[in-house]
Amino acid sequence: MISPSDFDFLAIPFADWINLFVRDWLVPNFRPFFRSMQWPVSQVLNGLSTFLNATPMLVFTAALALIAWRTAGRGVAIFTLIALVFIDLIGLWPETMTTLAMVVTAVFFCVVIGIPLGVLAARSDIFQAVLRPILDIMQTIPSFVYLVPIVMLFGVGVVPGIIATIIFAVPPIIRLTNLGIRNVRHDLTEAAVAFGATPWQSLVEVQFPLALRTIMAGLNQTLMLALSMVVIAALIGAGGLGLTVFTGLGRLDVGNATAGGVGIVLLAIILDRISQALGEKRSVRTVSLMETMRSLFSPRRDAAAGESQRAG
Amino acid sequence: MKTKITGKNLYKIFGGSAEDALKLLQAGKDKDEIFEATGQTVGVNDASFEVAEGEIFVVMGLSGSGKSTLVRMINGLIKPSAGEILIDGVDVGSCSDEQLRRVRREKVAMVFQHFALFPHKTVADNVAFGLKIKGMPAAERREKAQVALDQVGLGARADSYPDELSGGMQQRVGLARGLASEPEILLMDEPFSALDPLIRSDMQQELLELQRSLKKTIVFITHDLNEALTLGSTIAIMRNGAIVQTGAAEEIVGSPADDYVAAFTKDIDRSLVFTAGSVAEPGEALDLAAADLKSALAAMERLHRDAIHLVDDGKVAGIVTYRDANAALGRNGGTLRDVLNEDFPAAEPDTRLFDLYELAQTGLPIALTNGDGRLSGIVEPKAVFAQLSTGGA
Repeated sequence: MISPSDFDFLAIPFADWINLFVRDWLVPNFRPFFRSMQWPVSQVLNGLSTFLNATPMLVFTAALALIAWRTAGRGVAIFTLIALVFIDLIGLWPETMTTLAMVVTAVFFCVVIGIPLGVLAARSDIFQAVLRPILDIMQTIPSFVYLVPIVMLFGVGVVPGIIATIIFAVPPIIRLTNLGIRNVRHDLTEAAVAFGATPWQSLVEVQFPLALRTIMAGLNQTLMLALSMVVIAALIGAGGLGLTVFTGLGRLDVGNATAGGVGIVLLAIILDRISQALGEKRSVRTVSLMETMRSLFSPRRDAAAGESQRAG
Repeated sequence: MKTKITGKNLYKIFGGSAEDALKLLQAGKDKDEIFEATGQTVGVNDASFEVAEGEIFVVMGLSGSGKSTLVRMINGLIKPSAGEILIDGVDVGSCSDEQLRRVRREKVAMVFQHFALFPHKTVADNVAFGLKIKGMPAAERREKAQVALDQVGLGARADSYPDELSGGMQQRVGLARGLASEPEILLMDEPFSALDPLIRSDMQQELLELQRSLKKTIVFITHDLNEALTLGSTIAIMRNGAIVQTGAAEEIVGSPADDYVAAFTKDIDRSLVFTAGSVAEPGEALDLAAADLKSALAAMERLHRDAIHLVDDGKVAGIVTYRDANAALGRNGGTLRDVLNEDFPAAEPDTRLFDLYELAQTGLPIALTNGDGRLSGIVEPKAVFAQLSTGGA
């Protein structure tokens, strides 16, 4: 069969072009810029990591169980307690805290970046039209593909890992903030404007509170994506549970790899339940433990480990 | 009366640049032709109107007639494509955003068809919304919200959430929110259409009662002519974006400008629109002190009437029928006072025809008196029914 690639003069050196662009232009010119972007991330991460590792295990467990009880009810609180004790008993407590610090840092920056972008997208159709394909690309590029340019621009280590995580996890919160604000009933926004509200006032008083449920759903998705990416980020030197899984894989040590995986799943379930409950009505619902366990393991929740949850 | 709001040759074209569509409109093309030619929708077409201070100005029209667009031009939610809209002489169609916000905060409040209450705020916070936007401190706005809620009879529900209230109560909250910022103008966009018929007529009466003490300038949108006739001091009827007739209820029903308005008014209960004054004839009365049976009979014959009113010291004292007077004259010795019927039917010129039915049953002409008891005219029973039948059938 004849194909265009049989003719040498037609061949497109696409890979060479990208190499040229990244190696010879982007990296030398912008490396200091990208390096400086690491600074805020590493500040937040270091603070959080120090705090979490310094907090005694029992104190932290009690605190998280309390939060779970206040937000998601008694069942989730008991689950949290058992899961954290289990993680401690299998000897993965420090790794779990490191992972948690990384995830929380990534989600923090996703919120700081994502919500304003989502608001802007809701306000302007043009901005939405520009943003949408970018978000599509960010969500369809396989997570490993991010890692190469990230390493070239940011180097290796925990902070570049978190930056990769932020890029990977930010789309849902942008999309759902946009969606939530666009779905606020038109006459409510109109009423706010009719009473003389400035754009900022109608955002703060009406649109944002009414979009909060949808935004919280976006936060939940972002959290789950961040958790899955933090593991992959271990490939470029981020520590935590991802590293445990990664080294386990490298040494064909099934036991350690599984332990790390179980730790991630447990952490994912806890964070998912709490963040979902935050998005629901503020009132505290108390559900029986049986019901909670059943809902935790119902087929619908299989995705809770954070795989392939994508916002519409 | 002072003019509060003036609309001058207002146009609104939706979808793209207005110029082409405006040219076509001026060339006499109609809405459908313009849509075909340019893909643009004509919202409002050359509307001019004046709203006097303190009146209820009702804009009536079917859906798509442009009435909602027109009312939104008054507070600048929609900018006119051409023309001017003046509130107290300030053009809100072309002023700056800052100025427009000031107008909305100080002068014009709005009540919405589907209430548009904020579900995440309590009733009191909803009512105080306009005040919060203005930057009023919390305690003060809570106080004002309470006053506004008391006005609409919902003082006890201040801490409920909107979804805990019935539709009628929700719209009262909407009204209280409009009143709380003490605006001079209240825009009401079909405020009662989403309510049950019974609640709707209650709310109409309440609005009229409130208006008696508040004396706001109200622009009221409705698609229900009965509602328009009940509430409106002035009624503007819109069709395809244009105002086809403006006038008081009686003018609209009595002399519809075109077939479209006539078709609307056909099924209207005319007895609720017309007043006794509209069917009155100049009344002639005799002075009780000066007249006697003979002169009364003579007067009735001259006027071709079966009965005549008698006045005593300028005030209507009663009525004498031809039959009674004639009989008394036959008996010889009867006086005018003996046959005087002091229990005569009487009404005021602005009494609705609806309320004359019972009086008309007596068969006697109805005396129209102003507050001071002096005769200003009479209404023959048959005139009442003649007026009712002209528009009907």
